[in-house]
Amino acid sequence: MATAAKTLGILPRPNAATGFWSWVATVDHKRIGILYGITAFFFFLVGGIEAWVMRLQLARPGLELVTAKTFNALFTMHATTMIFLGVMPLLAAFMNYLLPLLIGARDVAFPRLNAFSYWIYLFGGIFINVGWLMGTAAGHVPDSGWFGYANLTSVEFSGGLGPDFWTLGLLLLGIGTLVSGFNFIVTILNMRAPGMSLMKMPVFVWTILVTSAIIIFAFPSVTVALIMLMFDRAFAANFFEVAAGGSVVFYQHLFWTFGHPEVYILILPAMGIISEVLPVHARKMLFGYSVMVFSTALIGFMGFTVWSHHMFTVGMGPVVNSIFSLTTMAIAVPTGVKIFNWLSTMWGGQVRFTTAMLFAIGFIACFTIGGLSGFMHASAPSDAQQHDTYFVVAHIHYVLIGGSIFAIFSGIYHWFPKVFGRLLDERLGWWNFWLVFAGFHTFAFPFHFLGLLGMPRRIYTYAAGMGWEFWNLLSTIGVFVLAAGILVFIANVVVTMRKPMDAPSDPWDGRTLEWTLPSPPPVYNFAAVPRVHLRDAFWFHKHPEGKEQALEYGEPDAGPIHLPGQSLMPVLLALGPTVAATGVLFLRLRESFAVGVIVAGFIVTLLALWGWAFEGEGGTLIEPGEGS
Amino acid sequence: MAYHGHAHHGSVHTGGAHRSHAHETNTGIDNRKLGFWLFIASESIFFACLLVGYLVYKNGYEPGVGPRDLFNIELTTISTFVLLMSSLAMVLGVNAAQRNLGRKARRWVLLTALMGLAFLGFQAYEFTHFYHAGLSLSSSVFGTAFYTLTGFHGAHVAAGVVWLLTLLYHGRGGGLTADKADDVEVAGLYWHFVDIVWIVLFTVLYLLEFVE
Repeated sequence: MATAAKTLGILPRPNAATGFWSWVATVDHKRIGILYGITAFFFFLVGGIEAWVMRLQLARPGLELVTAKTFNALFTMHATTMIFLGVMPLLAAFMNYLLPLLIGARDVAFPRLNAFSYWIYLFGGIFINVGWLMGTAAGHVPDSGWFGYANLTSVEFSGGLGPDFWTLGLLLLGIGTLVSGFNFIVTILNMRAPGMSLMKMPVFVWTILVTSAIIIFAFPSVTVALIMLMFDRAFAANFFEVAAGGSVVFYQHLFWTFGHPEVYILILPAMGIISEVLPVHARKMLFGYSVMVFSTALIGFMGFTVWSHHMFTVGMGPVVNSIFSLTTMAIAVPTGVKIFNWLSTMWGGQVRFTTAMLFAIGFIACFTIGGLSGFMHASAPSDAQQHDTYFVVAHIHYVLIGGSIFAIFSGIYHWFPKVFGRLLDERLGWWNFWLVFAGFHTFAFPFHFLGLLGMPRRIYTYAAGMGWEFWNLLSTIGVFVLAAGILVFIANVVVTMRKPMDAPSDPWDGRTLEWTLPSPPPVYNFAAVPRVHLRDAFWFHKHPEGKEQALEYGEPDAGPIHLPGQSLMPVLLALGPTVAATGVLFLRLRESFAVGVIVAGFIVTLLALWGWAFEGEGGTLIEPGEGS
Repeated sequence: MAYHGHAHHGSVHTGGAHRSHAHETNTGIDNRKLGFWLFIASESIFFACLLVGYLVYKNGYEPGVGPRDLFNIELTTISTFVLLMSSLAMVLGVNAAQRNLGRKARRWVLLTALMGLAFLGFQAYEFTHFYHAGLSLSSSVFGTAFYTLTGFHGAHVAAGVVWLLTLLYHGRGGGLTADKADDVEVAGLYWHFVDIVWIVLFTVLYLLEFVE
């Protein structure tokens, strides 16, 4: 790329094809997708280790492996890491890499903003974890739960920097997430290949669209909640200062108006992945496409009407509890419809039990169990019994591991050959799936029993004789089996990456546009942008089944293809707010120093914005056939 | 929508030709403009949440000073009028840019920025006055909610002023001519949004406070 490419921008800009700077300055959605994937998998392992330590502590009654304070930090950071640094960015990796390929585009609408989203995610992820280096005893690791309830997070009850790292870190992460949301919606609405109307888009694209819409409407409320917490701590404001008339219940409402839609941010793209994998490996069109689309949209909308079911025990009164019980029960309907659609997709198909398919089927089974326990919480009186017990912990792990993580593994096995040009080993994949599946149920299913036996969440140890010993020990054993499954996956990736790049362009007999491209795709994706006539156009292109023309290719562009130019501004723009956030940390400690750092952060931000605006989108020209 | 139109073109038509035109999109709306409308949608929820916070907390000031002790409707009406007129100047600036009247556009944008600065001046005066009257970020929940909400609005106006001044620099040569009209228009979208937020805040915070 570097040799033949011509630089168009006003200012000199980076144009490296390989090496460190080519990754720092990249605006290619495929590279950004890979960066997201690797970073998020690292954080996923960090969150997993945190879980493993907690399970060791709880294996037997009365253990003192970690202190209560460290345990608080572990469960807080385990949830925060898994949700914001693990699962969401793992899904973002798929969205980034695949979205333009699925709609026949050459990149996203705003390539530089896409890079910015990644860098601020990376910086925010590091920021929120810095406290670990200072030890948990002084309270510098967030330890007020992943919801950061006021006034556990007040200076009075958390004197260390823990809540500061948490609120500021999440604010940084939120900026990146919001920007991705805007970017993906514009990309989907504006950049589809000719002929691909909305109802011809792959279901995964629909779920990205709805998820992005949820993001742009849900993240502002948590942003406000976090700003209020931050103001209370940094500037002695009174938002949640009960003595001054602050309402801690108001914080809960603000948090959960974000917190519940967030659940759908974590699961809708996973459902999208499953909706792509199942039809390919069952060799049958997705059953009930339009119902799938409308149920996705309905879930996205109704996700905003159920938040108070997280607060049934707060004392909102019977009328409010009843209303939120009803809306929560209602949202199970579009979700249930999807389960039946997936089952009907496999029904009568030629199912191939590839690893991707095993994980997809595992998803349906596990997610259904998680859905059923979720439905039990919908009833307020029933929830009053389950609230703050391990029964709720069981539910969240069934929908997040059995749901999101299974879908992510399914997607990895499905698209790995497209991204890296190598097929993952199916034998190791078989072990990967069954160890994860067995380990997951062994560790998470006992939570149901523990919850019903009354074991509260978030306790760091328990006394013998409560009837909890067996289930806790079993659960800890399950974690080891699950970890073995993850190690098999890592081994599989290592072994596969040493093999030659010999994956065919279409190893699974795929249905969507990414399989029309070489593996891995060239930097410009499509030499000629296809014209799409049908849903699953590539499948009917290969297997007409009496359909008229499904997909047309024109001649590749005669001239060189225009690609957005590389830029260092995204990483600089991500650095500015991170520096400013670091300054806010010091406000209660050394005020003048803190103000200096905050001002420095603002200056970096402003300079980066000006650099961004005046360098323009720029671009390079590349001849088709190069840079693959 | 545009893609229906594509379907009626000749049977073999490479999309590549379409892609090379930066402004041709499925919806016909420019990417930046569509992105900005989405940003505005998101920002609306942001201000709505802050406003709900204000409504929850506005009566929490005993024994200190409350809204009726402090708000000066006449003064705030003037500053509101200035901000509203800045939107008119912005519209005229966008219009002049679209008609390729570069220097005229630049003058209107400059006037918009100056009126934005005037609004910020009023706000600085108001904040100082309230602070001396005994209302601070820490004095009561009313103070916390009031300063946070109006302060975030002020910060948005300030960011807008920086943006407008940057536009002036952008058009330093031949003015804000038609080729830069989209840049002016996107800044205008933001500016009008910040104005509309203030209309809501002025109504809910100041005017409704005195409705019996």
